[in-house]
Amino acid sequence: MNKLMKPTFSTAAAAASVLSGWLLAQDVSAAASAPASANAPLSWRLGPGQYRQTIVEVFGPSISITGRFDPEYRQDGLLTIGARTASISASGVERYDELAENIAAQVVDERNRDTLIPCKPASATASDEACARQFLSAAGRLLYRRALTEEEIAASVKLAGIVSQAKHDFYAGLAGALGNMLLSPNFLYVYKTFEPDPEQNGKLRLDGYSKASVLSFFLWNAPPDDALLSAAENGEIHTKKGLRRQVDRMLASPSLENGVRAFFSDMLGFSEFETLAKDPMFFPRFTPRVIDQAQEQTLRTIVDLLVVRQGDYRDLFTTPDTFLTRSLAALYGIPIVDTTDNGQPERWIPYSFPADDPRAGILSHASFVALHSPSGRSSPTDRGKALREYLLCQAVPSPPADVSFAVVQDTNHPVYRTARERLGAHATDAACSGCHKITDPIGLALENFDSAGGFRTTENGAQIDTSGELNGTKFDGPVGLAKALRSDPALTACVATRAVAYASGRTPRRGDAELKRIQAEFADNRYNFVELLREVALSDALFSVPPQATQLVTAR
Amino acid sequence: MKSGRQITRRRLLRGMLAGSAVTVGLPLLDCVLNTNGTAFASTGAPLPARFATWYWPLGLGEDDWTPKATGVNYTLPPQMAPLKPLQKKMNFFTGGQVFLDGQSNNVHFTGLQGLMTGKVANSREYLGSIDALISEVIGKGSRFRSIEVACAGSPRDCWSARPDSGVQPAEISPVALYSRVFGAEFKDPNAAEFTPDPEVMLKKSVLSGITEERQALMKRLGPADREKLDNYFTSLRELEQKLEVQLKKPEPLPSCSIPKPLPMDKEPAVTLSMDAVERADLFAGLLAHALACGQTNVVNLAISRPQSGLRKDGDATAHHTHTHEEQIDPKLGYQPVCRWFTDNYMNALARFVSRLDGIKEGDRTLLDSMVVFAFTDHGAPRLHSVRNYPIITFGNGGGRIKTGMHIGRPGDQVTRVGLTIQQAMGVQTSSWGVGSNRVTSPISEVLA
Repeated sequence: MNKLMKPTFSTAAAAASVLSGWLLAQDVSAAASAPASANAPLSWRLGPGQYRQTIVEVFGPSISITGRFDPEYRQDGLLTIGARTASISASGVERYDELAENIAAQVVDERNRDTLIPCKPASATASDEACARQFLSAAGRLLYRRALTEEEIAASVKLAGIVSQAKHDFYAGLAGALGNMLLSPNFLYVYKTFEPDPEQNGKLRLDGYSKASVLSFFLWNAPPDDALLSAAENGEIHTKKGLRRQVDRMLASPSLENGVRAFFSDMLGFSEFETLAKDPMFFPRFTPRVIDQAQEQTLRTIVDLLVVRQGDYRDLFTTPDTFLTRSLAALYGIPIVDTTDNGQPERWIPYSFPADDPRAGILSHASFVALHSPSGRSSPTDRGKALREYLLCQAVPSPPADVSFAVVQDTNHPVYRTARERLGAHATDAACSGCHKITDPIGLALENFDSAGGFRTTENGAQIDTSGELNGTKFDGPVGLAKALRSDPALTACVATRAVAYASGRTPRRGDAELKRIQAEFADNRYNFVELLREVALSDALFSVPPQATQLVTAR
Repeated sequence: MKSGRQITRRRLLRGMLAGSAVTVGLPLLDCVLNTNGTAFASTGAPLPARFATWYWPLGLGEDDWTPKATGVNYTLPPQMAPLKPLQKKMNFFTGGQVFLDGQSNNVHFTGLQGLMTGKVANSREYLGSIDALISEVIGKGSRFRSIEVACAGSPRDCWSARPDSGVQPAEISPVALYSRVFGAEFKDPNAAEFTPDPEVMLKKSVLSGITEERQALMKRLGPADREKLDNYFTSLRELEQKLEVQLKKPEPLPSCSIPKPLPMDKEPAVTLSMDAVERADLFAGLLAHALACGQTNVVNLAISRPQSGLRKDGDATAHHTHTHEEQIDPKLGYQPVCRWFTDNYMNALARFVSRLDGIKEGDRTLLDSMVVFAFTDHGAPRLHSVRNYPIITFGNGGGRIKTGMHIGRPGDQVTRVGLTIQQAMGVQTSSWGVGSNRVTSPISEVLA
């Protein structure tokens, strides 16, 4: 354990902490258990964002998608990893079926058919095989992310014909066949499949379509476009030069923003916003609108710094620059001028916090301090745990059983009035103090932010002490924490690890040579996040062939 | 940002070459032509058994709620006072525990894992809960094999898990549940006329097109992906079965009445215990009607997640925190705020069960044909104890179990309650559970 502690915990204070060592060991074991066994699933269930984006890409933004999806599950810190083992429940199939019927009906609707269907039937009240074939094979290629086989096209066209005849409506037939595609596992799951590698005798490679999907969902959170599918079909994607050309093109595309947003929404746990609410009695400014805007504020800040300005990832945690709306500014207690009329959607206004402001970086956003707080009050422990888990990729153990939590958060306690005092009292319990030492000194530095993200300097009439510590570095207040975090090597190592895991579907082992190389390149590129994406997209980690692939191809 | 790709798509759609007309014979519509489902005479078969689970968070509190006496002559503890009118139709099981077998107690989870699936594991594995084993037997002939609902806004608050595919997502919106069960696809079992809907017939045939894709897809996949695909097709099969049920004339059910449509949902996320209970009441009404109308035989309701963050109005501290921090009032002998939560849930449970008991089926009630299984995450929540779980069941399952008793078995496997209920509901098994949680005999005194 001590041997393992050295790389991340270089300070004497941390090295002396048995618990920190245990924490790291937890992290290592979590990573070690994650890599695919020979039987790990390779496919993943299309996430809600990927589903929506696919419909936008294939049929345009006018198609509305109403309905809910099967819930997602986080594994090894990412929903993307959880999607590898996600099945589709019976009620999930019902929902996907409703979505499919609804989308298909909109596509063939009179308002849309002229733009979305590339041909006109000989008669609108009968089947038309040629037109159905033209539409279904083209739509199918985009939805299944590969060209359909002749058998698949024929079956789909036949189905459309039968429904058209039964309903005396050509478009009803198309809708029936399209609905089936949208409910098919070929659409709802993204599959990785393999083929013999002509360059290396006896070896396999990921086939072109699979490579295209992996790249596209990684960088755009969207299905491959026509150019990428063509690169898969003509073999360009298998050459070093061709692959580089595609990755360059994808990184230069406006769709990259969508991919970067999806990655950080996943890594920062924004799906938890779905069930986030605060007590309006205590936090009247934390409205449902603010909840949506809180995520958007952080994502805008990220895209602006990392994509538009190609900045240093570490600066996300210290940057004074962000974007605010009227509602968010009210929550934060900042006077901003917004000339939008009442009733109009609020505008996003660029805003820079003054140099001495306690707010800087994304830790001070409501998307962190409010997301990781219970509905009634703040929790330094929850925030400290979230920072370790989401931003440093460290696992914090669950509370042990059979321990009393007396006094910790009794906000009416006559003696222990602030969270710090209550946690201090709790820390005398040996069974608890170990874990709280690694979470609370982080969270306490953020206590100037209440459960909803508003600013405060006192709690229950007592001054809040925001001194804290991160892995041996002492500091005061949220800005001090942000600076300490910025210089923690685990911060950049974590985002690189998450990027590899997000792209490949597998969490790499700590000592993984390819991961180390990617992390080193990331440092050499001054922690430019877009360059990190490029390194990962071109790395061997992405298209690796697992052991079980051999039997698959031979069986075929 | 997406405009460039949009153009590509249009160009692509317009530019596709029309393929040559090749048809492959697929029997897609064979059942459309087969219209023999026009009339189903009543078989006179007995009403099916029904089953419900009802989860409330954080037990009954710290004080001593275990009745001294066992058998029929016992006094209900004050924590369960709202259930007093139902005592004769109820069994109260105490003393059962989950054995960890060296695994760590992942608080608010491991105990439920053992109690509901019979298996304790260090992982978050949660497969094959009691209700799913039961729905395997009594759920398959109905429109929905089971219905899950959660009252605090998260579809993940659910303890129902199929043996193969894991936790079922719960419905969080009463309005959505209404339209799912009583919307356009609902067939009133008491309607005078029944005509199979040609749209449903067509839909069923269309769906068979997806099943046709199965073999080709299977060949391309590894074992783990094939397993997931199997799960998908199992779920698809349930959708097909749902359509099949809609094509058959339903048995008349005099006790079935259609509930009134619900007004708009409130905000999905819930932070107050009272709001969760209000939603539980809305769900209870819909579930009772769904059971009485033969739409499902198995329902599962969860108030919240186990480590409940629900609060009392005006109090910033959540129930879970109170269970650990609130002092036991020396005069009262219990934690007063925690008791407020428990009372709230026991009242809601009483309303749920009373609603079922208020629906007449012949000379008996809906409750008399079923078993309601009410359970919680910890015996003593302050200590995260996995001992002395309070389990409350209601109904005699159509004469399959005796009621009115307190069954106190201190130190016994809590899984024995699960096995007993499974056997009563017709699951053909003589044992249940893994390791020290394995039991091979039921609690015979409650089996009729």
